This record gives sequence, C-alpha cells and structure tokens, in this order.
Amino acid sequence: MLVNPQFADIIGRMATVKRGHRQAEREAGREADLAPYLPWYRLMVTARRFEEEAERAFRRGKIGGYLHVYTGQEAVAAGFLAAIRPDDIFFTAYRDHAHAIIRGTPPDAVMAELFGKVTGVAKGKGGSMHLFDVARGLYGGYGIVGSHIPLATGAAYALRYQSTDRVCLCFLGDGAMHSGSFHEPVNLAALWGREGLCPIVYIIENNQYAMGTSVERSTVVTNLASHFDAYGIDNEQVDGQDFFAVKSAADRIVAQVRKTGRPRGIEAITYRFAAHGAADLFQVYRSREEVEAQRRKDPILLMERRLRRAGALDDERVEVIRREVEAAVAAALRFAEESPEPPPEALQTDIYGQG
Amino acid sequence: MGQVLTYRDALRSTLIEEMDRDPAVILIGEDIGVYQGTFRVTADLMQRYGPKRVIDTPISERGFIGAAIGMAMLGLRPVVEVMTWNFSLLAADQILNNAAKVRYFSGGQVDVPLVIRGPNGAGVQLSAQHSQSLEALYAHFPGLWVVAPATPADARGLLRTAIRGRDPVIFLENAALYGTKGEVPDGEFALPFGQADIARSGKDVTIVAYSRMVNLALAAAEQLAREGIDPEVINLRTLRPLDRETLARSVRRTHRAVVVQEQWKPFGAAAEIAAVIYEGAFDSLDAPVERETGADAPMPYARNLELLALPHERDIVDAVKRTLYRT
Repeated sequence: MLVNPQFADIIGRMATVKRGHRQAEREAGREADLAPYLPWYRLMVTARRFEEEAERAFRRGKIGGYLHVYTGQEAVAAGFLAAIRPDDIFFTAYRDHAHAIIRGTPPDAVMAELFGKVTGVAKGKGGSMHLFDVARGLYGGYGIVGSHIPLATGAAYALRYQSTDRVCLCFLGDGAMHSGSFHEPVNLAALWGREGLCPIVYIIENNQYAMGTSVERSTVVTNLASHFDAYGIDNEQVDGQDFFAVKSAADRIVAQVRKTGRPRGIEAITYRFAAHGAADLFQVYRSREEVEAQRRKDPILLMERRLRRAGALDDERVEVIRREVEAAVAAALRFAEESPEPPPEALQTDIYGQG
Repeated sequence: MGQVLTYRDALRSTLIEEMDRDPAVILIGEDIGVYQGTFRVTADLMQRYGPKRVIDTPISERGFIGAAIGMAMLGLRPVVEVMTWNFSLLAADQILNNAAKVRYFSGGQVDVPLVIRGPNGAGVQLSAQHSQSLEALYAHFPGLWVVAPATPADARGLLRTAIRGRDPVIFLENAALYGTKGEVPDGEFALPFGQADIARSGKDVTIVAYSRMVNLALAAAEQLAREGIDPEVINLRTLRPLDRETLARSVRRTHRAVVVQEQWKPFGAAAEIAAVIYEGAFDSLDAPVERETGADAPMPYARNLELLALPHERDIVDAVKRTLYRT
C-alpha cells in the first residue's frame, strides 16, 4: 500500500481545490510576467534552508528546548505575507521561523533567538516558539496551541477602533481548531465583523497532523474551512502547496477584509515534511511512503517549475539564488554562534513596563 | 477636597473620567452594557459611550479576555469586567500565559495596558464555585500587578493607576464593598502600586489585611482597644508587589503580627505576607505571626456552615490575643 486511506482522501480534496485554481488560471489567460514573485521564491528558499540548518544546529546542541520547523508549508506563509501591506499585522503559533523570515526579519536575528543570544529578535528571552518583530507586524510566536487566536481577534478590533484600514492575519494549525481558543474568538470576530470591526483572516495551515493525531482522528468534519460556517464566516479551501494559488486567494480575501472589516476563514491544505518537533524521531503516526509521496508536491519545486515556465527563472538564476541563500544562512549561523548571551541582569528586565 | 461616594460610584466615576480623558480606554465584558452590569459598576456607560467602546460579549471568557489582551498589545486600554473572579479561571491560560508573559518573551516589544476587574471572594450562600478568593493564584505570577482596594478612595486611586499603566492589572473588588461609603479625593487622585496604608495606628500588634478584611480588622481593633490593646491595622491595597517596607517598619514597632485573609490557608496570601514579615522583622518578633484565614474546605451552601468557613471579627480578636499570650 503506497498511501493510507486517510491520505488518499487528502489527495482527493486537494485535487478538487486544484481543479478550481486551474480554471481560474485559464480564465486569467496565459502565463503573466512572474518576475515580480522572485523575491518570494527567494524567501521561501531562505526559510527552507534556514530550517534545515536550524535542525542541524539543534542536533548539535546549539539550540535548546523545542524546535518546530515549517518545511513543506512555505507557500502558505509566503502567499499570504505577499498579499499584505507593510503596516498590516500577523500572529502565528510556535512553528513561526518561516513567517518571520518571509516577512523580512533578518535571519541573523531569528537564528540568534534560537541560539538564545542577546542579539535575537526577543533578546534571547523567547526562543523558537516566541518570535516577535513588532516593527514588521509580527506580534508573535505563541506556544500554547490556539492561545494566540483570541489575541489576534482583539488586535483586529483595535485596528478598526483606531480608524485604520490595516488588517490582521492569524495563522493557526489544524490542531488548534478543536479548542475553545479557536471557537470563542471566531464567534466574537463574526459578531464584531457584522459591524465592520474585525478585519482578520484566519488561515488554517492544515498540515494534516496535530503532532501525531491526524485531522481524521481529530474531527468528523474534515473540511476544516467549513467549521467557519457555524459562525457565519465566509470560508474556502486552497492548495497550500501552490504559492500562486495561495497568493491569488490571499489577494482577494485580504482586499475584501480590508474593505469590509469582516473576518474570513481559509484552509490551506499543506503537508509538514519534517517531524512535528525535533524530538519526534520516529513519526510512528505516518508512513514513509506517505511523506515521500507528499514531497513530490514540494511548494518550492512547484513554484520553481512555474517560474521557469514563465521565463522568470533559469538554471543560472536558480544557482545564483541558491548561492546567495547559502551565504545568508551561513552568515546567520555564524552571527548566532558569535553573538553574546544575554547578560545576567536581563533575567529581571521586561517583566513590567511601569516602575 | 473630596466627596463621599460608594465604592461602586468611585469605580464608575473613575471609569467615566478615564474614558473622557483617553479614547483608548474601552470596556468589555458580559452584560456590562444593555444589562448595566451585574453590580451596576458600568451602569449607563453604554448609553454614554456607545457599543463600540462598551462591548457586551457572549459568555466566552477565554475569547473576550484574550481579545482584550490583543487590543492592549495594539495600544487600546481595555478594562475587562469579569462577572466574578471565579469565571476568570476559564481564561486562566490567557491571563497567565499571554497577558503576564508576552512582554517578557517578546523581549519587551509590547505593552499590555489591561485591567481585569470584578468581585472576588465570598458573597452570601453562593456555595463552592462562586465564592473563591483567587488573589494568591494571580499574585504568584510575575508580570501581573494584583490590587485589592478596601475603601472607595482605594478603589478610585488604584483604578486610575491601573488604567494609565503599561501592564496587566488584576483588580480585585468585593461584592460586599460596592455599597460601602467613604471620602474620595477629587481630581487626578491616584494611588501608586506597592504602597500600603496605615488604616489605624497602634503600638501593640500589627493586623495586616486587604479588601473586605480591612473592615473586619478595623472593627476587631476597636473591640481590642476597649480591652486596652492598641492594634495597628495595615491596609495592603496591593498584593503584588507587597509593601515590604511598611510591613517591616510596623512590626519592628509592635513586635507582633496577625495576617487576615478570606482564602484557604495553605499557600495563601497570608503565608507570603507572614514570610515577608519574618524576613523584614524577625529579630523584633515576640510571637509567631498568626494567620487568620477562611476554613480549608470548599465553600458550603448552608448559611451556618458558610459563616463557619469565613473569618470574623472575633477570630481576629482571638488571634491578636494569641500573639499577646492572653488566651
């Protein structure tokens, strides 16, 4: 048996979503100029190489605690982050390195955070699960599954209350959907959205597994987007391995949310190539064949193929990007390695803001 | 100059003043608007400020308290009403894991100017789930301020400081206090956190209390005074941080201390306060610090049992006498 029956169902659902995208593509005419997307390709490659090196550094004992990598899911963060403005904001969970890097946080500062160094994005106080870059709109990085969803919802309210047209993205995993931390704020968002006061997009990164528990073992309603129906929130699914499909859906959804102040939900169907966390060694909950089959749908390879077809990439340019990314990630590792640890007095700072 | 206000009106008028002063101040909670608030602290405020600033929520503590934290991170100053602090446990993850810590684990990138307020402690025959005193739970966590006003003036002064701050504040009111009256200073009156009040000066023993227990301590002190014992009563006002200086200074003078709390005794606030007294005034003590607390049992419904479970004036009198070896 090549793939398990649950997984065949995922492929089936992805194919349905895919057909819709192809049709949209045909309607839009032939390949447009895709050169403007090269920076997003480069960022996805950077995120991928960053994660690979982070895993290696973890095994070498340079990174402590937990380490959750985004390998295989890059097109989801990239497609959405490509669709928002510099003054928009976003929240995510603990699988957060790629979100920071794709948004433009220097890999140096991200790697230094993982190494627990004072030059890290959170001065070494947050670590892998708590990346923050408020200046770029990244409001974290949270370690309790689902617990950031209420925060993002309130943040979206604040953006409208302050009379701006900024929007908030809330990335969350399929594993977060069965918690009250999802259902309670989503209900509030729907209520507030009725008054145009909740410009938020909930982006389910459905990588098929909550640690080792598959979507099918977590809910009987496996169309996760449809959970938003219960709250009267418009929703859809998208092939999360296809950057252009995600980007196109994100452009449309973000524009709507910005205009209406109403929440939207989207389920990006994706796959985690890597283990859940660095401690998830044997991955007994899924077969090697299943992972191998999914790797054929590598979002970076798919994007690369598409860019090549459109003439935006060729062997030479791929090689240049590869070399530049290698250098950037190597520099990040060096920077993290050579940076100082936080000084002892940092233990007691940043606890309170008022004296 | 000042005026006599109830504790409830001191809170409400301070909310009004702060909302008039700063459009970032918003109110959010269950039945605070149309219903006017379970204890009417927010009466008429929805009419005054509209539903965008006075937000009625469904019964969804984890959702709306978490949302208020997110609002605060974006620069609003939400004042959350919990109908009672018992219900805050539904949002414990939001308060303890997000509000208290997000400044720290973000390396200082965000402020969380958030107040969560509502009644704490026992009412009358509300039984086991609705009578809890949760101050020790919240005061355990770095990143939170925990305040427990006893008087209308405390209520106003501490609420103003809480609303204008940069951090999450656990603001513990008490249902029995809402109707109590007292002199309240006008204007920009604010009380800094971490400063206790000497509610009654005395020389023979220090009685330490907060919130409703301050009134019991004062009544006990009057009774003791009639018996020739002159107690000092400290109204802590703030539990995190504790005013270590005032506690030590008082006990160094009186050589004896009784700490009063409504909560259960094990791991309660009084244990921490007693430890602070030992640390600051050990050499001055002439007797072990006495803890007068609620009974170590879930709150019963039957009125006679409930009365047994709560500390009373006479219990404080007895505890003081134990420190004086006059039993």
